[in-house]
Amino acid sequence: MCTVCGCGDAKVEQGHRHDHAHDHHHHHHDHGHGHAHLHHEHDHHHHHGADAALDYGAGPAGVSVPGMPQSRLIELERNILSKNDAYAASNRAIFSDHGILALNLVSSPGSGKTTLLCRTIEQMGDTAPVYVIEGDQQTSADADRIRATGAPAIQINTGKGCHLDAHMVGHAVEHLAPVNGAVLFIENVGNLVCPAAFDLGEAHKVAILSVTEGEDKPLKYPDMFAAADLMLLNKIDLLPHLDFDVHQAIANARKVNPRIRAIQVVRRTGEGRYG
Amino acid sequence: MHELSICENIRGIIEDQARAQGFSRVDCVTLEIGRLSGVEVEALRFGFDVAMQGSIAAQARLDIVDLPATAWCMPCGAQIEIRQRYDGCPSCGSHQLQVTGGEELRIKSLEVN
Repeated sequence: MCTVCGCGDAKVEQGHRHDHAHDHHHHHHDHGHGHAHLHHEHDHHHHHGADAALDYGAGPAGVSVPGMPQSRLIELERNILSKNDAYAASNRAIFSDHGILALNLVSSPGSGKTTLLCRTIEQMGDTAPVYVIEGDQQTSADADRIRATGAPAIQINTGKGCHLDAHMVGHAVEHLAPVNGAVLFIENVGNLVCPAAFDLGEAHKVAILSVTEGEDKPLKYPDMFAAADLMLLNKIDLLPHLDFDVHQAIANARKVNPRIRAIQVVRRTGEGRYG
Repeated sequence: MHELSICENIRGIIEDQARAQGFSRVDCVTLEIGRLSGVEVEALRFGFDVAMQGSIAAQARLDIVDLPATAWCMPCGAQIEIRQRYDGCPSCGSHQLQVTGGEELRIKSLEVN
Protein backbone atom coordinates (compact mmCIF):
# COMPACT_ATOMS: atom_id res chain seq x y z
CA MET A 1 0.00 0.00 0.00
CA CYS A 2 2.54 2.54 1.11
CA THR A 3 5.93 2.58 -0.53
CA VAL A 4 7.34 5.01 2.02
CA CYS A 5 6.84 3.14 5.26
CA GLY A 6 5.92 -0.29 3.89
CA CYS A 7 2.52 -0.54 5.53
CA GLY A 8 0.51 -3.16 3.64
CA ASP A 9 2.47 -6.06 2.23
CA ALA A 10 2.31 -5.52 -1.51
CA LYS A 11 3.28 -2.67 -3.70
CA VAL A 12 0.72 -0.54 -5.41
CA GLU A 13 2.02 0.33 -8.82
CA GLN A 14 -0.35 3.07 -9.89
CA GLY A 15 -2.26 5.56 -7.92
CA HIS A 16 -2.76 6.21 -4.27
CA ARG A 17 -5.93 5.86 -2.40
CA HIS A 18 -7.92 8.79 -1.15
CA ASP A 19 -10.54 6.94 0.72
CA HIS A 20 -12.87 8.21 3.37
CA ALA A 21 -14.19 4.88 4.47
CA HIS A 22 -11.31 3.35 6.33
CA ASP A 23 -9.63 3.95 9.63
CA HIS A 24 -7.42 6.92 10.08
CA HIS A 25 -4.08 6.28 8.52
CA HIS A 26 -1.61 9.08 8.40
CA HIS A 27 2.13 9.18 8.36
CA HIS A 28 4.07 11.03 10.95
CA HIS A 29 7.37 11.03 9.17
CA ASP A 30 9.54 13.91 10.20
CA HIS A 31 9.33 16.58 7.56
CA GLY A 32 10.67 19.36 9.67
CA HIS A 33 7.44 21.35 9.45
CA GLY A 34 7.35 22.01 13.11
CA HIS A 35 3.69 21.08 13.47
CA ALA A 36 1.89 17.94 14.38
CA HIS A 37 -0.86 16.27 12.39
CA LEU A 38 -3.55 16.21 14.99
CA HIS A 39 -6.43 17.84 13.27
CA HIS A 40 -7.60 15.28 10.73
CA GLU A 41 -11.19 14.30 11.33
CA HIS A 42 -11.54 12.27 8.18
CA ASP A 43 -9.28 9.68 6.67
CA HIS A 44 -6.41 10.02 4.33
CA HIS A 45 -3.87 7.90 2.68
CA HIS A 46 -1.54 10.13 0.84
CA HIS A 47 2.12 10.92 0.76
CA HIS A 48 4.21 13.82 1.88
CA GLY A 49 6.88 14.20 -0.75
CA ALA A 50 10.24 15.83 -0.13
CA ASP A 51 8.65 19.20 -0.87
CA ALA A 52 5.75 18.39 1.47
CA ALA A 53 3.30 18.15 -1.46
CA LEU A 54 0.23 15.99 -1.03
CA ASP A 55 -0.21 14.15 -4.28
CA TYR A 56 -3.80 13.20 -5.01
CA GLY A 57 -3.37 13.27 -8.74
CA ALA A 58 -1.30 10.15 -9.16
CA GLY A 59 -4.27 7.85 -9.85
CA PRO A 60 -5.06 6.65 -13.36
CA ALA A 61 -7.54 9.49 -13.82
CA GLY A 62 -4.89 12.06 -12.86
CA VAL A 63 -7.41 14.03 -10.82
CA SER A 64 -9.05 13.83 -7.46
CA VAL A 65 -12.77 14.32 -6.90
CA PRO A 66 -13.85 14.61 -3.26
CA GLY A 67 -15.88 11.58 -2.25
CA MET A 68 -15.00 9.75 -5.43
CA PRO A 69 -12.41 7.06 -4.78
CA GLN A 70 -9.83 6.56 -7.50
CA SER A 71 -9.47 3.10 -8.84
CA ARG A 72 -5.99 1.67 -8.67
CA LEU A 73 -4.19 -1.14 -10.31
CA ILE A 74 -2.46 -3.75 -8.20
CA GLU A 75 0.19 -5.71 -10.07
CA LEU A 76 0.11 -9.15 -8.52
CA GLU A 77 1.85 -11.58 -10.90
CA ARG A 78 0.63 -14.28 -8.55
CA ASN A 79 0.41 -17.91 -9.55
CA ILE A 80 -3.26 -18.88 -9.19
CA LEU A 81 -2.34 -22.23 -7.67
CA SER A 82 0.25 -20.69 -5.35
CA LYS A 83 -1.65 -21.86 -2.28
CA ASN A 84 -1.62 -25.45 -3.49
CA ASP A 85 2.04 -25.12 -4.46
CA ALA A 86 2.90 -23.94 -0.95
CA TYR A 87 1.15 -26.96 0.59
CA ALA A 88 2.92 -29.19 -1.93
CA ALA A 89 6.30 -27.72 -0.95
CA SER A 90 5.51 -28.38 2.69
CA ASN A 91 4.54 -32.01 1.91
CA ARG A 92 7.72 -32.43 -0.12
CA ALA A 93 9.81 -31.15 2.79
CA ILE A 94 8.15 -33.65 5.14
CA PHE A 95 8.77 -36.51 2.68
CA SER A 96 12.38 -35.44 2.27
CA ASP A 97 12.99 -35.13 6.03
CA HIS A 98 11.65 -38.62 6.64
CA GLY A 99 13.13 -40.34 3.59
CA ILE A 100 9.67 -41.09 2.21
CA LEU A 101 9.24 -41.82 -1.50
CA ALA A 102 5.84 -40.45 -2.57
CA LEU A 103 4.40 -41.43 -5.94
CA ASN A 104 1.25 -39.89 -7.41
CA LEU A 105 -0.60 -42.45 -9.54
CA VAL A 106 -2.79 -40.88 -12.20
CA SER A 107 -4.98 -42.43 -14.88
CA SER A 108 -8.49 -42.56 -16.25
CA PRO A 109 -11.03 -44.60 -14.25
CA GLY A 110 -10.73 -48.33 -14.81
CA SER A 111 -7.08 -48.46 -15.89
CA GLY A 112 -6.37 -50.98 -13.14
CA LYS A 113 -4.60 -48.67 -10.69
CA THR A 114 -5.92 -50.29 -7.53
CA THR A 115 -5.34 -53.86 -8.71
CA LEU A 116 -1.82 -52.92 -9.77
CA LEU A 117 -1.23 -51.28 -6.41
CA CYS A 118 -2.43 -54.36 -4.50
CA ARG A 119 -0.09 -56.57 -6.55
CA THR A 120 2.79 -54.15 -6.03
CA ILE A 121 2.29 -54.12 -2.26
CA GLU A 122 2.18 -57.93 -2.17
CA GLN A 123 5.35 -58.22 -4.25
CA MET A 124 7.21 -55.59 -2.25
CA GLY A 125 6.80 -57.77 0.82
CA ASP A 126 9.15 -56.44 3.49
CA THR A 127 11.28 -54.33 1.11
CA ALA A 128 9.89 -51.10 2.57
CA PRO A 129 6.88 -50.09 4.66
CA VAL A 130 4.07 -49.10 2.29
CA TYR A 131 1.28 -46.58 2.90
CA VAL A 132 -1.52 -45.63 0.55
CA ILE A 133 -3.69 -42.57 0.12
CA GLU A 134 -6.76 -43.35 -1.97
CA GLY A 135 -8.62 -40.59 -3.78
CA ASP A 136 -12.12 -41.13 -5.10
CA GLN A 137 -15.23 -39.03 -5.32
CA GLN A 138 -17.20 -41.53 -3.23
CA THR A 139 -16.89 -44.82 -1.27
CA SER A 140 -14.03 -46.33 0.68
CA ALA A 141 -13.99 -49.46 -1.50
CA ASP A 142 -10.46 -48.90 -2.76
CA ALA A 143 -8.97 -48.21 0.66
CA ASP A 144 -10.67 -51.41 1.89
CA ARG A 145 -9.00 -53.36 -0.93
CA ILE A 146 -5.61 -51.91 -0.03
CA ARG A 147 -6.05 -52.60 3.69
CA ALA A 148 -6.77 -56.24 2.81
CA THR A 149 -3.13 -56.45 1.68
CA GLY A 150 -2.02 -55.33 5.13
CA ALA A 151 -0.84 -51.84 4.13
CA PRO A 152 -2.22 -48.86 6.08
CA ALA A 153 -4.51 -46.86 3.81
CA ILE A 154 -6.62 -43.76 4.13
CA GLN A 155 -9.46 -42.83 1.82
CA ILE A 156 -10.03 -39.25 0.73
CA ASN A 157 -13.47 -38.67 -0.74
CA THR A 158 -13.35 -35.53 -2.83
CA GLY A 159 -17.15 -35.32 -3.14
CA LYS A 160 -17.67 -33.42 -6.37
CA GLY A 161 -13.97 -32.61 -6.65
CA CYS A 162 -12.15 -34.01 -9.65
CA HIS A 163 -8.65 -34.21 -8.18
CA LEU A 164 -6.66 -34.44 -4.97
CA ASP A 165 -4.91 -31.28 -3.84
CA ALA A 166 -1.82 -30.85 -1.70
CA HIS A 167 -3.80 -29.69 1.33
CA MET A 168 -5.90 -32.90 1.39
CA VAL A 169 -2.76 -35.00 1.02
CA GLY A 170 -1.02 -33.13 3.85
CA HIS A 171 -3.92 -33.99 6.19
CA ALA A 172 -3.95 -37.60 5.03
CA VAL A 173 -0.21 -37.88 5.71
CA GLU A 174 -0.79 -36.57 9.26
CA HIS A 175 -3.37 -39.29 9.84
CA LEU A 176 -1.29 -42.05 8.27
CA ALA A 177 1.93 -41.00 10.06
CA PRO A 178 4.23 -43.02 7.78
CA VAL A 179 7.51 -44.22 9.31
CA ASN A 180 10.90 -43.08 8.01
CA GLY A 181 11.96 -44.71 4.76
CA ALA A 182 8.42 -45.60 3.73
CA VAL A 183 6.95 -45.70 0.24
CA LEU A 184 3.75 -43.69 -0.05
CA PHE A 185 1.46 -44.35 -2.98
CA ILE A 186 -1.11 -41.67 -3.67
CA GLU A 187 -3.82 -43.03 -5.93
CA ASN A 188 -5.38 -39.96 -7.45
CA VAL A 189 -8.99 -39.61 -8.58
CA GLY A 190 -9.47 -41.47 -11.88
CA ASN A 191 -9.24 -38.52 -14.24
CA LEU A 192 -6.68 -37.83 -16.94
CA VAL A 193 -7.26 -34.07 -16.96
CA CYS A 194 -7.38 -32.19 -13.67
CA PRO A 195 -4.81 -34.00 -11.48
CA ALA A 196 -2.11 -32.91 -13.97
CA ALA A 197 -2.30 -29.35 -12.66
CA PHE A 198 -2.05 -30.11 -8.94
CA ASP A 199 1.34 -30.79 -7.41
CA LEU A 200 0.88 -32.92 -4.28
CA GLY A 201 4.54 -32.84 -3.23
CA GLU A 202 5.22 -36.21 -4.83
CA ALA A 203 8.61 -37.30 -6.19
CA HIS A 204 7.05 -38.43 -9.46
CA LYS A 205 3.72 -38.66 -11.19
CA VAL A 206 3.13 -42.10 -12.67
CA ALA A 207 0.57 -42.29 -15.48
CA ILE A 208 -1.15 -45.62 -15.97
CA LEU A 209 -2.57 -46.40 -19.39
CA SER A 210 -4.32 -49.70 -19.94
CA VAL A 211 -4.15 -51.23 -23.39
CA THR A 212 -7.96 -51.32 -23.59
CA GLU A 213 -7.97 -47.52 -23.81
CA GLY A 214 -6.34 -46.78 -27.15
CA GLU A 215 -2.79 -45.80 -28.06
CA ASP A 216 -3.77 -42.20 -28.90
CA LYS A 217 -4.59 -41.30 -25.30
CA PRO A 218 -1.27 -39.52 -24.66
CA LEU A 219 -2.12 -37.20 -27.56
CA LYS A 220 -5.71 -36.68 -26.43
CA TYR A 221 -4.70 -35.92 -22.83
CA PRO A 222 -1.21 -34.49 -23.30
CA ASP A 223 -1.00 -32.51 -20.06
CA MET A 224 -1.04 -35.61 -17.90
CA PHE A 225 1.60 -37.42 -19.93
CA ALA A 226 3.71 -34.26 -19.99
CA ALA A 227 3.50 -34.05 -16.18
CA ALA A 228 4.38 -37.74 -15.60
CA ASP A 229 7.89 -39.17 -15.42
CA LEU A 230 6.82 -42.77 -15.88
CA MET A 231 4.06 -44.45 -17.88
CA LEU A 232 2.84 -47.93 -16.99
CA LEU A 233 1.19 -49.71 -19.90
CA ASN A 234 -1.15 -51.97 -18.01
CA LYS A 235 -3.04 -55.17 -18.87
CA ILE A 236 -0.70 -56.17 -21.70
CA ASP A 237 -1.86 -59.77 -21.20
CA LEU A 238 -4.99 -58.62 -23.08
CA LEU A 239 -3.00 -57.56 -26.18
CA PRO A 240 -3.85 -60.72 -28.20
CA HIS A 241 -7.53 -59.68 -28.06
CA LEU A 242 -6.99 -56.04 -29.04
CA ASP A 243 -5.66 -53.86 -31.85
CA PHE A 244 -3.45 -51.89 -29.52
CA ASP A 245 -0.07 -50.81 -30.89
CA VAL A 246 2.33 -50.74 -27.93
CA HIS A 247 5.14 -49.01 -29.84
CA GLN A 248 2.78 -46.34 -31.14
CA ALA A 249 1.45 -45.71 -27.62
CA ILE A 250 4.98 -45.20 -26.28
CA ALA A 251 5.91 -43.05 -29.29
CA ASN A 252 2.82 -40.90 -28.70
CA ALA A 253 3.70 -40.44 -25.04
CA ARG A 254 7.24 -39.39 -26.04
CA LYS A 255 5.84 -36.86 -28.51
CA VAL A 256 4.35 -34.95 -25.59
CA ASN A 257 7.14 -35.81 -23.16
CA PRO A 258 10.48 -36.90 -24.65
CA ARG A 259 11.75 -37.92 -21.20
CA ILE A 260 8.91 -40.22 -20.14
CA ARG A 261 9.90 -43.78 -19.33
CA ALA A 262 7.61 -46.72 -19.96
CA ILE A 263 7.09 -50.10 -18.32
CA GLN A 264 4.71 -52.71 -19.72
CA VAL A 265 2.85 -54.55 -17.01
CA VAL A 266 0.86 -57.77 -16.85
CA ARG A 267 -1.80 -56.75 -14.40
CA ARG A 268 -2.71 -60.19 -13.11
CA THR A 269 0.79 -61.45 -12.42
CA GLY A 270 2.46 -58.13 -11.74
CA GLU A 271 5.19 -59.06 -14.23
CA GLY A 272 6.72 -56.09 -16.02
CA ARG A 273 9.26 -55.10 -18.63
CA TYR A 274 10.84 -51.86 -19.76
CA GLY A 275 10.21 -50.18 -23.10
CA MET B 1 -12.86 -29.42 -15.51
CA HIS B 2 -10.90 -27.95 -12.64
CA GLU B 3 -11.67 -24.42 -13.82
CA LEU B 4 -14.12 -23.90 -10.96
CA SER B 5 -11.50 -24.75 -8.34
CA ILE B 6 -9.08 -22.45 -10.15
CA CYS B 7 -11.69 -19.69 -9.83
CA GLU B 8 -12.10 -20.47 -6.13
CA ASN B 9 -8.33 -20.05 -5.79
CA ILE B 10 -8.62 -16.68 -7.55
CA ARG B 11 -11.35 -15.63 -5.12
CA GLY B 12 -9.17 -16.69 -2.18
CA ILE B 13 -6.24 -14.62 -3.45
CA ILE B 14 -8.51 -11.60 -4.03
CA GLU B 15 -9.94 -11.84 -0.51
CA ASP B 16 -6.44 -12.14 1.01
CA GLN B 17 -5.30 -9.11 -0.99
CA ALA B 18 -8.40 -7.11 0.00
CA ARG B 19 -7.54 -7.62 3.66
CA ALA B 20 -3.87 -6.84 3.15
CA GLN B 21 -4.30 -3.83 0.89
CA GLY B 22 -7.60 -2.47 2.10
CA PHE B 23 -9.84 -2.39 -0.92
CA SER B 24 -13.52 -3.18 -1.00
CA ARG B 25 -14.38 -3.68 -4.65
CA VAL B 26 -12.66 -5.27 -7.63
CA ASP B 27 -13.54 -3.81 -11.02
CA CYS B 28 -11.29 -5.89 -13.21
CA VAL B 29 -9.27 -9.08 -12.84
CA THR B 30 -6.55 -9.65 -15.42
CA LEU B 31 -5.26 -13.20 -15.80
CA GLU B 32 -2.38 -14.55 -17.85
CA ILE B 33 -3.23 -18.00 -19.17
CA GLY B 34 -0.73 -19.98 -21.21
CA ARG B 35 -1.95 -22.15 -24.06
CA LEU B 36 -0.51 -25.25 -22.37
CA SER B 37 -1.91 -24.51 -18.92
CA GLY B 38 -4.67 -27.07 -19.37
CA VAL B 39 -7.35 -24.47 -18.77
CA GLU B 40 -10.32 -24.00 -21.04
CA VAL B 41 -10.92 -20.26 -21.22
CA GLU B 42 -14.68 -20.47 -21.79
CA ALA B 43 -15.08 -22.80 -18.80
CA LEU B 44 -12.92 -20.42 -16.78
CA ARG B 45 -15.18 -17.48 -17.67
CA PHE B 46 -18.23 -19.46 -16.64
CA GLY B 47 -16.55 -20.61 -13.42
CA PHE B 48 -15.42 -17.06 -12.67
CA ASP B 49 -18.96 -15.71 -12.65
CA VAL B 50 -20.12 -18.54 -10.40
CA ALA B 51 -17.18 -18.39 -8.00
CA MET B 52 -17.25 -14.60 -7.58
CA GLN B 53 -20.95 -14.42 -6.64
CA GLY B 54 -21.40 -12.67 -3.30
CA SER B 55 -17.76 -11.54 -3.24
CA ILE B 56 -16.19 -8.12 -3.68
CA ALA B 57 -15.41 -9.19 -7.24
CA ALA B 58 -19.01 -10.11 -8.11
CA GLN B 59 -19.21 -7.32 -10.68
CA ALA B 60 -15.63 -7.57 -11.88
CA ARG B 61 -14.72 -7.74 -15.53
CA LEU B 62 -12.47 -10.66 -16.46
CA ASP B 63 -9.63 -9.92 -18.88
CA ILE B 64 -7.61 -12.86 -20.09
CA VAL B 65 -4.19 -12.42 -21.65
CA ASP B 66 -3.51 -15.42 -23.84
CA LEU B 67 0.17 -16.40 -23.71
CA PRO B 68 1.69 -18.42 -26.56
CA ALA B 69 3.21 -21.86 -26.19
CA THR B 70 6.90 -21.79 -26.96
CA ALA B 71 9.53 -24.49 -27.02
CA TRP B 72 13.21 -25.09 -27.66
CA CYS B 73 14.06 -27.87 -30.06
CA MET B 74 16.80 -29.98 -28.49
CA PRO B 75 18.24 -31.49 -31.71
CA CYS B 76 18.33 -28.32 -33.87
CA GLY B 77 18.29 -25.59 -31.24
CA ALA B 78 15.40 -23.63 -32.81
CA GLN B 79 13.15 -21.46 -30.63
CA ILE B 80 9.67 -22.24 -31.88
CA GLU B 81 6.03 -21.58 -31.17
CA ILE B 82 3.83 -24.66 -30.89
CA ARG B 83 0.09 -25.14 -30.81
CA GLN B 84 -0.05 -28.44 -28.94
CA ARG B 85 2.33 -30.45 -26.83
CA TYR B 86 2.65 -33.13 -29.50
CA ASP B 87 3.67 -30.74 -32.28
CA GLY B 88 6.97 -31.35 -34.01
CA CYS B 89 9.65 -28.78 -34.73
CA PRO B 90 8.78 -26.91 -37.95
CA SER B 91 12.50 -26.77 -38.85
CA CYS B 92 13.63 -30.36 -38.32
CA GLY B 93 10.46 -32.32 -37.44
CA SER B 94 11.77 -33.57 -34.10
CA HIS B 95 9.49 -34.06 -31.10
CA GLN B 96 12.38 -33.63 -28.66
CA LEU B 97 11.06 -30.29 -27.49
CA GLN B 98 11.62 -28.50 -24.22
CA VAL B 99 8.58 -26.35 -23.48
CA THR B 100 9.74 -22.85 -22.49
CA GLY B 101 6.45 -20.97 -22.23
CA GLY B 102 2.70 -21.47 -22.22
CA GLU B 103 2.16 -23.14 -18.84
CA GLU B 104 1.39 -19.86 -17.05
CA LEU B 105 -1.64 -19.62 -14.81
CA ARG B 106 -1.35 -16.26 -13.10
CA ILE B 107 -3.32 -13.31 -11.79
CA LYS B 108 -1.51 -10.45 -13.49
CA SER B 109 -3.30 -7.54 -11.86
CA LEU B 110 -6.41 -6.34 -10.08
CA GLU B 111 -8.15 -3.03 -10.70
CA VAL B 112 -9.67 -2.13 -7.38
CA ASN B 113 -11.53 0.55 -5.53
